[in-house]
Amino acid sequence: MSTTATEPAEGPSKVDLGAQGGGTGEIPSFDVTLKVRRYLPETSEDAYWDEWTVTMYGTDRVLDALHKVKWDIDGTLSFRRSCAHGVCGSDAMRINGRNRLACKTLLKDLDLSKPILVEPIKGLPVEKDLIVDMDPFFQSYREIMPFLINKGPEPTKERLQSAEERERFDDTTKCILCAACTSSCPVFWTDGQYFGPAAIVNAHRFIFDSRDDAGDMRLEILNDKEGVWRCRTTFNCSEACPRGIQVTKAIAEVKQAVLAGSF
Amino acid sequence: MSTATSAQAPAKSGRGTLYRGNEGQWSWVIHRITGVAIFFFLLVHVLDTSLVRVSPEAYNAVLGTYKNPLMAVGEVGLVAAIVYHAFNGLRIILVDFWKGGTKHHKKMLWAVVALSVVTVGAFAIRHLMLALGGH
Repeated sequence: MSTTATEPAEGPSKVDLGAQGGGTGEIPSFDVTLKVRRYLPETSEDAYWDEWTVTMYGTDRVLDALHKVKWDIDGTLSFRRSCAHGVCGSDAMRINGRNRLACKTLLKDLDLSKPILVEPIKGLPVEKDLIVDMDPFFQSYREIMPFLINKGPEPTKERLQSAEERERFDDTTKCILCAACTSSCPVFWTDGQYFGPAAIVNAHRFIFDSRDDAGDMRLEILNDKEGVWRCRTTFNCSEACPRGIQVTKAIAEVKQAVLAGSF
Repeated sequence: MSTATSAQAPAKSGRGTLYRGNEGQWSWVIHRITGVAIFFFLLVHVLDTSLVRVSPEAYNAVLGTYKNPLMAVGEVGLVAAIVYHAFNGLRIILVDFWKGGTKHHKKMLWAVVALSVVTVGAFAIRHLMLALGGH
């Protein structure tokens, strides 16, 4: 196993899985050191690092290592996860310094010569270990009215839309509300009033939907000093998104729409 | 493979790690630092320039203290801050309002860095020759 000092979190695999045919070959196993930022308000006011070494397999993800610790070693370790397959968006956490979904980060893609650092996402109050209070995040999401508003008469069948019209906002329909983008944003860390990338992405999804009539209202909400103009284009959100949404691009499009609408 | 030894930076009770952002994050950090530095320069600059209203002698005396090698190097730093802030500011405008801006933001950052190095390099050579050469 080769070791490079600064390898990106999802760099190329460094574990030789070997040539396995027919699915009968043994899956290689390796030792992984997990270093987790813990916070247990019942016992201590301070957060601290806890470390475990566990034997994992080439097919395992960071979430599997966390499960192994919680189920076999220390049951007090707390984290959120629901579907465990990258759809529900519950297990966003900071893995080796970057926001990732634990269920989509394969151990073999990480540099295993060093401990894997796991921390809660930043900018939201930590409740316990890797669990943060998501209320401020969802409050911003609610404020941009993430639902279809159509003032026309109720149709008797589906609202038709051309493929091109659907394509216009396709990228921002992929959001799973995991908060990886919003909690990677340096502006959000210091200014909790900022709507944050996720809320703007979900506003974008309706602003550019041809069936929706409330685009102007949403643009007005986001044309605010805590709205799109707070964005400083650090691109942390685009790099953090587990669904590959081009978040900064979506925010830029909303900025342009605000300007186009106000003149 | 080592076990249970924390070779890495954070100690057991240490702080959390820095967010490992890429080019975008660090270009923003430098943009903010240079911006604040330029603000403080302008503050001092307004004060020393307004001295000319108090008395031209006082103004000359203050400006005279600037004429030393340390200030000459400081001026190169000031110009470097302004040049980066200016070029990167144009890049941010392009990211926000040019269609391909978000796609090419990294390339544009390297262009900003290259332009800044060339500009500041040329300025530094001329400025330090004039300031330190004792012409």
